[in-house]
Amino acid sequence: MTPPISPWIIFLASIITSNMILANFLGMCSYLSVSTEYKTANGLGMAVTMVLVLTSALNWLVYEYVIVPLGLVYLQYIIFIMVIAALVQILEMAMDRFLPEMHAKLGIFLPLITVNCAILGATLFQVIRHYDFLQSVLFGLGSGLGWWLAIDMLAAMREKLAKVKLPPGVSGPALAFIITGVVAMAFIGFSGIFVIQ
Amino acid sequence: MAERPREIIKRNLFSDNQVLRQILGICSSLAVTNTMRNSLVMGIGLSFVTALSSLTLSAMRNIIPHRVRMLVQTLVIAAYVIFLDLLLKAYLPDISKQLGPYVGLIITNCIIMGRAEAYAQQNKPVASMLDGLFAGLGYTLVLMIISLIREVMGFGTLFGINVNVLNLQTWTIMIMPPAAFFIIGGLIWGLSARALRRAGKEKEA
Repeated sequence: MTPPISPWIIFLASIITSNMILANFLGMCSYLSVSTEYKTANGLGMAVTMVLVLTSALNWLVYEYVIVPLGLVYLQYIIFIMVIAALVQILEMAMDRFLPEMHAKLGIFLPLITVNCAILGATLFQVIRHYDFLQSVLFGLGSGLGWWLAIDMLAAMREKLAKVKLPPGVSGPALAFIITGVVAMAFIGFSGIFVIQ
Repeated sequence: MAERPREIIKRNLFSDNQVLRQILGICSSLAVTNTMRNSLVMGIGLSFVTALSSLTLSAMRNIIPHRVRMLVQTLVIAAYVIFLDLLLKAYLPDISKQLGPYVGLIITNCIIMGRAEAYAQQNKPVASMLDGLFAGLGYTLVLMIISLIREVMGFGTLFGINVNVLNLQTWTIMIMPPAAFFIIGGLIWGLSARALRRAGKEKEA
């Protein structure tokens, strides 16, 4: 059953209270490895947002009009991951052809995105929660923007912290986790504004 | 070449632990560690998928064209994940519900792909299976440590059994996301500080 929640609430909640990284821990690998420089992190955030919106919409259509009518629910993971891989591939080719400047900026991130679990995660969430089409698209957009926000914040802080003398062993991933923990704690302050789960 | 089984086991469980040393497979190790039961099921599930997909991919390593190997790897992994998902749904429906999308997300867990690329590509099937299995068990070990801390402090229970005999106040923060980040950050910090100290000592000696 479609949950009776306004799509706009889902949109805002997926940015703030159910943030992909800070509350659902999705897409951590690229979040940690591509966040040492603000500019690249920003590019990846943009690419993830774009792919998330498109895959949410496409996977909703595929689920509703292909997977369910043909009774292929048990094969859904393979189908979703193939849709994502194909979409990323097509997007890369289309961008190369029509938007070469944007491709130069985001192109290197696109292959990384296929294995970013935030993308598959958003699709699985929308299937489990029975979102309708508009809810799914706005959930995808919100999740992408939330992911983008989180990686931008982390990258900005890591850039500043790179100039500071730190205790041995903490620089690198350990520091990134601790920063993320602090940010996640701050975001808990928003909880209760929107409830979607 | 030809690492002995003991070395494979030791490397995967400790010195090159996938989660704490390689920083792979982080998403699920943070998400499912609020209770030990979920972590154990997730860990065993991941070990199962990693072992079997390493075995399969290593057995097929000479017939997969190099250019499409990523696609083949993803499909093989997805097939085993579907198998695991159906098993969990049939025999442990409540845990399957709690793990939610994270079972399906094993497909994009970097550990499996990492082992397939880094080890199963060059090694014989049985060694690859062992490598995959113990990479998964190393992941399970870390999950158990994190969830031990989180469950005992957050719920006052162990595998759902109440151990809070003194009736202390439990820390709700431990079952919320920030604690997961702090604990794993702390563990990684401790381990890499230790590795640095060791390297320093060797230099002096």
